Amino acid sequence: MKKLGATLLLLLFLFGHSCRDTSKEKEEEFEVDVTVEAMEELARVKQVFYALPSPVEIAALLRSSGAIYNEDLLNPVENAANYLTTKSIALNLGIYITDLSYAGFFDQTQASINYMAISKELAERLGIMDAVDRHTLEKLEANLNNRDVVMDIISETYLNSSAFLQENERETVATMLFAGGFIEGLFIATSLADESNIENNALVDHIVDQKFSLELLMKLLEDNIHNDDVADLHAKIDRIWEIYGEIEISSSPVSVERDKEGETAVLSSSREVNITPGLFAELKDKVKNIRNSFVSY
Amino acid sequence: MKRIIPVLLFWVLLTLIPANINGQCKIFAKRVCKVELGSFMHDGNYHAAILEEGEEAELYKTFYAGQDYRLAICGDDNLYKIEFTVMDTERNELYNNSDNDFNATWDFSPVNSEQLLISVKVLPSENNGADNSGCVAIMFGFTEK
Repeated sequence: MKKLGATLLLLLFLFGHSCRDTSKEKEEEFEVDVTVEAMEELARVKQVFYALPSPVEIAALLRSSGAIYNEDLLNPVENAANYLTTKSIALNLGIYITDLSYAGFFDQTQASINYMAISKELAERLGIMDAVDRHTLEKLEANLNNRDVVMDIISETYLNSSAFLQENERETVATMLFAGGFIEGLFIATSLADESNIENNALVDHIVDQKFSLELLMKLLEDNIHNDDVADLHAKIDRIWEIYGEIEISSSPVSVERDKEGETAVLSSSREVNITPGLFAELKDKVKNIRNSFVSY
Repeated sequence: MKRIIPVLLFWVLLTLIPANINGQCKIFAKRVCKVELGSFMHDGNYHAAILEEGEEAELYKTFYAGQDYRLAICGDDNLYKIEFTVMDTERNELYNNSDNDFNATWDFSPVNSEQLLISVKVLPSENNGADNSGCVAIMFGFTEK
């Protein structure tokens, strides 16, 4: 009983200590010169989300852009045993789930099983208990010829992993997971795109469009930059962001064709993009270098 | 010591409550909100928060050309109404669900890839006095054209 009491006292001390730190931070925040409007906005908007394209959406975009399947681009599952730090496990869980989605969308049954199994292993090593259970693996194996079911299982796996991390206040680990998945998608796309023909190339258009999502990833990284691992990622990915900064995208305002009940609204705009072959080659090279630094050990 | 233990246990349990509530949010998102996506494929992203009446959340996301999207925003039964507005990056309004009887879903198709802002607000109930809070989930589904 004495031990229990001491443990509880320690927990209370830690809880109280944590509260004091938080309130101290708040006091410091109030010393910053902010407008009343900004304070009201902060109070009103409780949470801001930056939603990156998920691995499932990335794979769908690759396919709809005319990409082919190339297993040589995937991070081999054998590498998983070498990832020992939280950072490398989280990054490569994102990478493996993107590889899994890519394989799943291109109906690669054996690769889907292998990458689902390795995603389960890495998720468990991060302490994510319910990302993939035995029932999920059995369901995947029983439905390998049904792409919709396979993709639903993969999206559920991703949801379980990211939700667990966010709900357990492990946002920095979630951020690394998202970053790994996003960079893997960009790596696959830039590797498959035909460098000699970047005009009227759907895959290149898709890569250019990632400028918008990369901007959100940079904001997400900045929100978590207090963590050394995230700060390191931010510095690396900033090199890609610098190249994207040279890609000019000019758009007209979005107009909406109002939908009648039950119909889809169409969001229209016009757009001009300016990217040179040299800039594309530089982007491809930079993405490859950074992605390879993520999967190396 | 016998008297202090229940007090300490109370504090320990208090620290665990947020994680438990958030866990319920995940179940709510999967069991209730995902159903609203219908035949659209869920993208796998998870965005949910506990909001009180009058509070707002904002979400930024890129929507890609070549896909049809369904946006689904759902709130716990104990929340009054959920209003959501879809805006471009200049905060020009493209859609507000109050024009459509606070419908939980909106289907749209971008001609070009666009970064959009979705603002979600829990409206105050007409029943004054109650200060309800609950899960609000934002989910996306897509289909290839």
